[in-house]
Amino acid sequence: MRRLPPVAITAIVFVVGFALCTAQFPNFASTRVAANLLTDNAFLGIVATGMTFVIISGGIDLSVGSVIGFTTVFVALAIERLGVPPLVAFAAILMLCAAFGAAMGAIIHVFDMPPFIVTLAGMFLARGASFLMSTESTPISAPLYSTVSDFALRLPGGGRLTAIALIMLAVVAAGAVLLHFTRFGANVYALGGSRATTALMGIPVGSMTVRIYMLSSVLAGLAGIVFSFYTAAGYSLSAVGVELDSIAAVVIGGTLLTGGQGSVVGTLLGVLIQGLIQTYINFDGTLSSWWTKIVTGILLFAFIALQQAMIGIARRAGPRKAGVLKS
Amino acid sequence: MMPSMMQRLLQSRGLAQIVALLVILAIDRAVSPQFFDLRMQDGRLFGSLIDVLNRVAPVALLALGMVLVIATRGIDLSVGAVMAIAGAIAASLADAHGLPLALAAALGAGLLCGLWNGFLVAVLGIQPIVATLILMVAGRGVAQLITEGRIVTFTAPDLVWLGNGAVLGVPTPVVVVLGMLVVTGAVVRGSALGLLIEATGGNARASELAGIGTRTMILAVYVWCGLCAALGGVIAAADIMGADANNAGLWLELDAILAVVIGGTSLFGGRFSLVLAMVGALIIQAMNTGILLSGYPPEFNLLVKAAVVLIVLLLQSPRFANAGAVLGRARQ
Repeated sequence: MRRLPPVAITAIVFVVGFALCTAQFPNFASTRVAANLLTDNAFLGIVATGMTFVIISGGIDLSVGSVIGFTTVFVALAIERLGVPPLVAFAAILMLCAAFGAAMGAIIHVFDMPPFIVTLAGMFLARGASFLMSTESTPISAPLYSTVSDFALRLPGGGRLTAIALIMLAVVAAGAVLLHFTRFGANVYALGGSRATTALMGIPVGSMTVRIYMLSSVLAGLAGIVFSFYTAAGYSLSAVGVELDSIAAVVIGGTLLTGGQGSVVGTLLGVLIQGLIQTYINFDGTLSSWWTKIVTGILLFAFIALQQAMIGIARRAGPRKAGVLKS
Repeated sequence: MMPSMMQRLLQSRGLAQIVALLVILAIDRAVSPQFFDLRMQDGRLFGSLIDVLNRVAPVALLALGMVLVIATRGIDLSVGAVMAIAGAIAASLADAHGLPLALAAALGAGLLCGLWNGFLVAVLGIQPIVATLILMVAGRGVAQLITEGRIVTFTAPDLVWLGNGAVLGVPTPVVVVLGMLVVTGAVVRGSALGLLIEATGGNARASELAGIGTRTMILAVYVWCGLCAALGGVIAAADIMGADANNAGLWLELDAILAVVIGGTSLFGGRFSLVLAMVGALIIQAMNTGILLSGYPPEFNLLVKAAVVLIVLLLQSPRFANAGAVLGRARQ
């Protein structure tokens, strides 16, 4: 029998979790809860998709939460104070995010620095810049915003699949295609496996690094736009700590933090598991929201320990097959 | 003799950091003429300079533990969460059970957190960023579990003294940091321990083959880091006479890492300096205080920090060092 891939384990955890919730609260198994799960975690799903690419390539991006905050403030100020049409503001911020991500990728590659610390500087920079623009919450009243928040596909059973949930599902689907069926995706896996080998195979490591961080920042910008749809406001303190949530989602989704292995679908499941814990706490009503953090931490540990065990088994099995003595 | 002394001085490690600190202090003096004024009141020194020293205490304690972890090529993201846990424990026990028990329980919790991180990294072989991420996410939840989601306040005078008192006019937090610095320095530099830690960070496998117990080394530095973080958490709680599980030590892990990196300790492990990490923490705090005194909005803090991180990293980068060497040779 083949061993279960990590994604399957994540899927089982999600299904079992959902079943347990349904057993306790019969109302849980409704399209309304399911649709809300997608809507409430739309921005997290988008940003975690970008993070999946970064982590599979062996990097990490700590700046995404700040980029979301920056985006919401930028969009709100551009639309409300300067009177820029929303779509123009969106295009501008996405280009700005692309440049920001490209700059981080370039610094990581050219100066051979750990992604952790470079994106940490990016995190400070983006958060500081959004504080400079405005420290107050700016409501957005553009007509486009009410149109988007009114739009929803009605599901049988009263669920409303909102526009931002649809955007998230589209991003996840596009991310899955990009990662699993294109040359770019194959190169991302190769980079995570070994940078040196990848370079020797003739893949342009530098431009790949730049493009991966660009993708992550652009998706963080898109998540920021979605976040501004969700809250109809721009606030410089929004999405603090989202980088941790998205890294946790990626790891729970079965992506190897050392790179080289993982999937976008797993990440979506990881996001949904975190949302499920939050929804359970809302249904229960007596538990405090910090249980989310503790349970997320426990799940993180479980999945990391699982990965470690699988690597250990693979190492032990490898040499024996090749007939080499274990060192 | 003079030129050789000058040369040695210029080549000595830490000159850049000390000069940077002096420059920042000079700028602080320029924006606020009374910056260096000290006065004695109720048996305690007051003044902007003392304020800098007092406020830097939690980050300095975190940096003291972090510098050893980074020297083994690791990193500890959980120190902010450990601060919150230790502060919560100390605050909830102080009034009913007195300082010794509260302090022992808080430090014991820090020790356990460090042991957990060390176990994940040294025994299970998990990447340090990932291993400590677990406690970073869950730790704050645990702290809130202890305070039951409230901000726990206390009035126990001996614990308050730890944050607001003074020894011979010097604020207690400053004395605690100096004490920890002396103890840590005596242990790691007074013996071969520091060398063994550097060897572990330089090349863990070679060190293992050379007979160094790298696992024990790694376990020990994470435990020490947890202990330092817990002490920082107790002092931070004592300072505000309460424990706020949500905000105590929030993002301080990043400041601590920054202090260590500014202090010239390489993130790639293999060498470290305790004193320069302290100087790094002082540089950050002197900048923060300077921005506040100059009347600029505190929002500038993050931008300045980002710029400092980038500059320090570029100077540390191997590529940049090579380019510098080439330039130096060309000049000769």
